[in-house]
Amino acid sequence: MARYLFSKFFYMLVSIFVLATVTFLLMKAIPGDPFMSEKAVPPEVQAKLMAQYGLDKPVMEQYGIYLNNIIHGNFGVSMKMQNQEVSKVVAESFKYSLRLGLVSIVVSVIIGVGLGMIAALKHRKLMDNVAMVLAVIGISVPSFVLASFMQYLLGVKWMVLPVAGLDGPLTYIMPVLAMSALSIAFIARLTRSSMLEVLSADYIKTARAKGLKNISILFKHVIRNGIIPVVTYLGPLTANVLTGSIVIEQIFGISGLGKIFVYVITNRDYPMIMGITLFYGIILMVARFLTDLSYGLIDPRIKLNAGKEG
Amino acid sequence: MTKRKSLLLILSLIVVLGTVLAGCGNSSKNESSTGTEQTGSGAETAVKKGGTFKMNLHAEPPTLDPALAQDNISGTVLNALYAGLADLDADGKPQPAAAESWDVSEDGKKITFHLRKDGKWSNGDPVTAHDFEYAWKHVLDPKAQPAAPYAYQLFYLKNAENYNAGKGDAASVGVKATDDYTLEVELANPTPYFISLTSFYTFLPVHKSAQTNPKWAADANTIISNGAFKMTAWQHNGSIELAKNENYFAQDKVNFDKVNLAMIDSSATELSMYQTNQLDYSGGPTGEIPSDQIPTLQKSMPDEFKIQPYASIYYYVFNNKAEPFDNAKIRKAFAMSIDRKQIVEKVTLGGQVPAYGFVTPGVMGENKQFREEHSDTELLSENVDEAKKLLAEGMAEKGYTKLPTITLIHNQGDGHKKVAQAITDMWKQNLGVDVKIESQEWGVFLKNRTNGNYQIARSGWGADYSDPMTFLDMWVTKAGNNDSFFSNAEYDKLINEAKATNDQKVRMDNFAKAEKILMGDNQAVLPIYYYTNVRLVKQNVKDVYIDFSGNVHFNNAYFTK
Amino acid sequence: MAENHVTNEKINNLTPDDFRPISQDEKNAEIIQRESLSAWRDAWERLRENKLAMSGLVVLIVLILMAIVGPMISKYDYFTNYLDKTNLPPSGEHWFGTDDLGRDMFARTWMGARISLTVGFAAALSDLIIGVLYGGIMGYVGGRTDNIMNKFSEILYSIPYLLVCILLLVVMEPSLFTIIVALSITGWINMAWIVRGQIMGLKNQEYVLASRSMGAGARRILLRHLIPNSLSPIIVTLTLTVPSAIFAEAFLSFLGLGVQVPVASWGSMISDALNSWTIYPWRMLFPAIFISLTMLSFNLLGDGLRDALDPKMKK
Repeated sequence: MARYLFSKFFYMLVSIFVLATVTFLLMKAIPGDPFMSEKAVPPEVQAKLMAQYGLDKPVMEQYGIYLNNIIHGNFGVSMKMQNQEVSKVVAESFKYSLRLGLVSIVVSVIIGVGLGMIAALKHRKLMDNVAMVLAVIGISVPSFVLASFMQYLLGVKWMVLPVAGLDGPLTYIMPVLAMSALSIAFIARLTRSSMLEVLSADYIKTARAKGLKNISILFKHVIRNGIIPVVTYLGPLTANVLTGSIVIEQIFGISGLGKIFVYVITNRDYPMIMGITLFYGIILMVARFLTDLSYGLIDPRIKLNAGKEG
Repeated sequence: MTKRKSLLLILSLIVVLGTVLAGCGNSSKNESSTGTEQTGSGAETAVKKGGTFKMNLHAEPPTLDPALAQDNISGTVLNALYAGLADLDADGKPQPAAAESWDVSEDGKKITFHLRKDGKWSNGDPVTAHDFEYAWKHVLDPKAQPAAPYAYQLFYLKNAENYNAGKGDAASVGVKATDDYTLEVELANPTPYFISLTSFYTFLPVHKSAQTNPKWAADANTIISNGAFKMTAWQHNGSIELAKNENYFAQDKVNFDKVNLAMIDSSATELSMYQTNQLDYSGGPTGEIPSDQIPTLQKSMPDEFKIQPYASIYYYVFNNKAEPFDNAKIRKAFAMSIDRKQIVEKVTLGGQVPAYGFVTPGVMGENKQFREEHSDTELLSENVDEAKKLLAEGMAEKGYTKLPTITLIHNQGDGHKKVAQAITDMWKQNLGVDVKIESQEWGVFLKNRTNGNYQIARSGWGADYSDPMTFLDMWVTKAGNNDSFFSNAEYDKLINEAKATNDQKVRMDNFAKAEKILMGDNQAVLPIYYYTNVRLVKQNVKDVYIDFSGNVHFNNAYFTK
Repeated sequence: MAENHVTNEKINNLTPDDFRPISQDEKNAEIIQRESLSAWRDAWERLRENKLAMSGLVVLIVLILMAIVGPMISKYDYFTNYLDKTNLPPSGEHWFGTDDLGRDMFARTWMGARISLTVGFAAALSDLIIGVLYGGIMGYVGGRTDNIMNKFSEILYSIPYLLVCILLLVVMEPSLFTIIVALSITGWINMAWIVRGQIMGLKNQEYVLASRSMGAGARRILLRHLIPNSLSPIIVTLTLTVPSAIFAEAFLSFLGLGVQVPVASWGSMISDALNSWTIYPWRMLFPAIFISLTMLSFNLLGDGLRDALDPKMKK
C-alpha cells in the first residue's frame, strides 16, 4: 500500500509539473497583457510595467523564475488586483466555492441515489416514472434558466428567498438547487440503470434463492455494486463543483473561484491564472485519486496494485 | 411532464400580469433629467441623517491607490474616500474642496492653491500641501513600483514628462509645497482646465504612511483617507463597506452613516436586488440596467428612472490604412448610410444622443458648451443617396468593381453585438454591402485594434476633463490611442497651437477647425451616439448626481425617510 | 440438462422404426422460421416495441426535419432587422414573435436548431469514438498504461478551458467547425473516466476470463464483451453529452468563440433573452422548450436503446 501511495503521489507531482508547463506556455501564447485597457497606457509606461513584472524576459526564463518561486512556496502577487497575494485571493474565494460545492455534492448524492434506487426497485411502476420524469427535467432545463426562474419567482416576485449572496442558510437554497439539478438527475439515472443491471444479475438471484432477506440483499449486494458508476462520477463532480460554477456564481453574485477565474483570464493576470489552475489541478487529481481508492473499497475485485496483472 | 406544464402556466401568468402592470403605469413621460434637477433643491424635503446607502460596483476595484487607478470602478470608491484640491459640481465646474481658494497667474502657467486649515486625514493627522506634493511626485516617479499608468495625466506640470522618463530630478517638477497650506504649481503650458483636473483621481493626495508601507492600498485597515468616507471593510471580490469620516472637513454635509458597495456582475441580478431593496441605486456608471428592460422600467418606475447624457462617445473606428477604408469617400459613405436615430431609439434604448461629431456635449467651449457653439450636424449628415454616390466614386478612385470583404470587430458584450447587427443590416439594405461581424475576446480584441489588425472596430471614449482637447489630441499623428492611424499635418498643427496658448477663442476655433478635418473632411471615425447614464434611484434618496464625465457623486446625498 | 437426459434415454432404446425419411413438412419445420437476426436487428425489433423510445425518436426526427425546412418555410429570413417591430409577442404574422432587432423568431429558432443539433451530435460522436475507446483501453490494460493515460486525461482536463478556447479563436477562424473542435478537445474525458471505471469492474468477471482462456485477444474482449456490457452508463452519459454540448456552445458564444452573428443557436438565443425574459418570455421560451424537448427525446431514446441493446433484458 505504501508503495502504491508513493507511486500515485509521484505521478501526481509529474502531472502537476506538466500541467503547469502547458498552462504557462498556453497563457503566454494568447495575445494581451495585464496592463491593457480601453484607454491605452503610453508605450513607455507599458514597457516599464512589463519590465517591473519581469514580463520582458524570454518566456522560458519567466517560467524558470515562476517554478523556482513555487518551489519556495511563493505563488506571487496578482498583477491586476494591486498588491493582493495569489494564495490569499484563492483561499478567500475558495471559501465560498467550497461551502456551496460541498452542500451541492451532498444534496446531489443523497437525492440522486435516493431517486435512482426508488426507480430501480419500483422498476416500471409509478414511482419509477415519477423519479425519471424529475430526472429528465433536471437534465433538460439549463441551469442558468432554472437559476433565473427561481431568482425571479422566489426572490423578486414572492420575496421568500434572498436574491443574491451567500451569507445565511436561506441564501444557499437557490444556488444549491440550480447547481445540483443536473447532477441529481445524472446520478439518479446512473444509479437506476446500474442497479437494474445488478438486480438482474445471477448472484442476486442466487442470494434471493438462498433466502436472504430483501433488505440485506439490497445493502450487501445491490447498492454496493450498483453505486460504482456513481462513485466514478463523483471525482469529476467534486472537481467541477468545488472550482465553482461560473454561471451560477454570476447569477447569484457569489464571489467564488469560478467567477474570479474568468476575470483573471480576461485580464491576463498571469500569476492568478497559474495559481488557480494549479489549485484546480490538485483538487481534481486528489478527487480522482480518492475515486480510484473507493473503487477498491466498494468492489474488491478491482485491485489497486499498480503492477500489470492483465 | 406535468411539472413543465405548470411551469408554462406560471410563465403565461407572468406575461399576463406583466402586461397588465405595464398598462397601469399611466405616465410615460421621458424623465430626461439633467444633473441639476436633483441638486440644490434639498430644502423641500427633510434630510434624514444616517442610513446605509447601497449600490453596485459591478466588480472588484483593481486598486484603491489613487496613483495607480485607471478605471471608473476604482474611481467611484476613490471619490468617496478622498477629497482633491477641487471637486466638480453637477455642471462640471470646479468647486473648492481640500483647497479653499487658488490664484492663477496672468500667463496661466502658475497656480497657487491655498489649502484649508481644517483638512484632516481619517486618523486625525492634518492634510498638508506636502501630502499633495508627495502624491503627485510619486505618480511621476520613474522608479515607482509599479509604474503609474496614468502618469501622463500629470504631464501638464513643468518638467513632469522629463522626470517621468528618467531625464530630470524630482525637485525640478513644477509642484512645490511652500508651506503646510500652500501648494505652488507650475505648468508646462497654460492649461485652462487644470483646476478641474485636480478633482481627477490621479491628483488625489495620499497619507504619508504610504511612503513606508508599499502595500497600504490593498487592505481596509491601512487605507487612510481625507474625504467624506473612510474604509471600514474590504472583502475582496465580495463587497466594500465605507463609514462616515468624522475627521472630514465638511462632515456636517455628509449624511449617510455607511455606504455598502456590492460587486455583482450580472445586470439582471443587480436589477432584482434593486427591486427587492437590497440596492438603493442601480445602473451607471459602475452598474448596468439590461437595455431590453429600459422601456418597461421607464413606464413602471417613472419616479426612480433617470436618463442623463454625459461626455462620452460610442463610435466605430476605421482603419485608415487598410483596404477599403483608406479612401475617405468610402468611409464617408459608410458613415452617412446608417440611421442613428433608429439605433438609439430602437436598439440601445437608453435615450442616447445620435452623434455626428466627436466632441461630446457637456464639454465646455469658450463661453457655453463646445457643442452649443459648434454644432455637430454640419460635420455629417445622413443621406443614403449621397452615400451611394460617394461609395461609387470611392470605388472608382480605388479601382474596385467589388468591395473587398469587410469585417467589423467588437469585444464581446450583448450591447455591442446588438448595435453591430443593426448597423451592418443598415449597410446591407442601404449600400448593398455585406459586412461580417466578429466578436472577439477582450484582450485579443484590444491587441488587434491597437496593432491595426482590423478594418472597422468598436470604440468608446470618455472625457478626462471638460475641454475638447480630451477628445481631439488623441487623433494627432502617432498618438498612443490613435487606432485609426489617421494622420494629417494641418490637424496636428491646429492641436499643437491650441496646446500652447491660453487664449480660449483661439483654442476653440482651432478645435472646431480640427474637428472639421477629422470628421467633416476625412471621416476618420464613424460616430454613433453620445452615451447616457441610465440609472434607477430609490425615491427616498436625494442629491445623488452624475457629473459631466459620468462619475457618480453620493458624498452629500441623503435619505428622506 | 433435462433435455439431455431424455435424449440419452432414447438413444439407449432405439429401434429401426424410429428411423424414417422426414416429410417435407417436418423438414420445413426444421428451418428456422425467423430469419437469424443480427444483434443490431434484434435490438431494433425490441426498440420498436418501446413506445416511449419511439416517440422520442419521432420527435427527434421531426426536430431535425424542421431544422432543415423550418428556415425555408418561414415568411421571413433569420437575419433581416425590422427595427419598428422589435420584441413582438407571438402572432399569426410571427408565430414565435420577434426578437430585440425585430427578426422573426420562428426562422431564428429553426436556424438555431441547425447549429445546436449539429453541435450536439458532433460532440456525442467524439465522445463515443474518443471517450469510449480511450476509457476502454485505460480500464482494460490497467497498470502503467492506465496510470499514464489517466494522468494525461487529468492534465488535459485541468488545463483552463477558457485559455484553450481563446487560443483556438486566435489560431482558427470562428466557425461551426471551430466550435466543434473546441468542444471535442476536452468533452470526451468524462466519458473516458466513466467507461474506465466500468471496465475495471467488468474485466475480472467470469465470462471475460472464460473468453480470455479460450484465446480471445484484447481487441475482441474489449469490443465484444467489455464495451457492450458497459452500454448503459455509456448511453446515460451520452444523453448528457448532447445537452451539455449545446449549453457549452452557448457559453462559447458568450466568449465570442461561438457562432458568429447573425446566425444564432438555441443556447445563444437563450442567453440573449435571459436578461429580459420576465418582459419578453417568448424570446427565451421557444429555444428553451426545444432544447428541453431535444433532451427529453434523447433521454427516452437512450433508455429504450439501453433496454434494447442489453441482452439480459431479453424476455
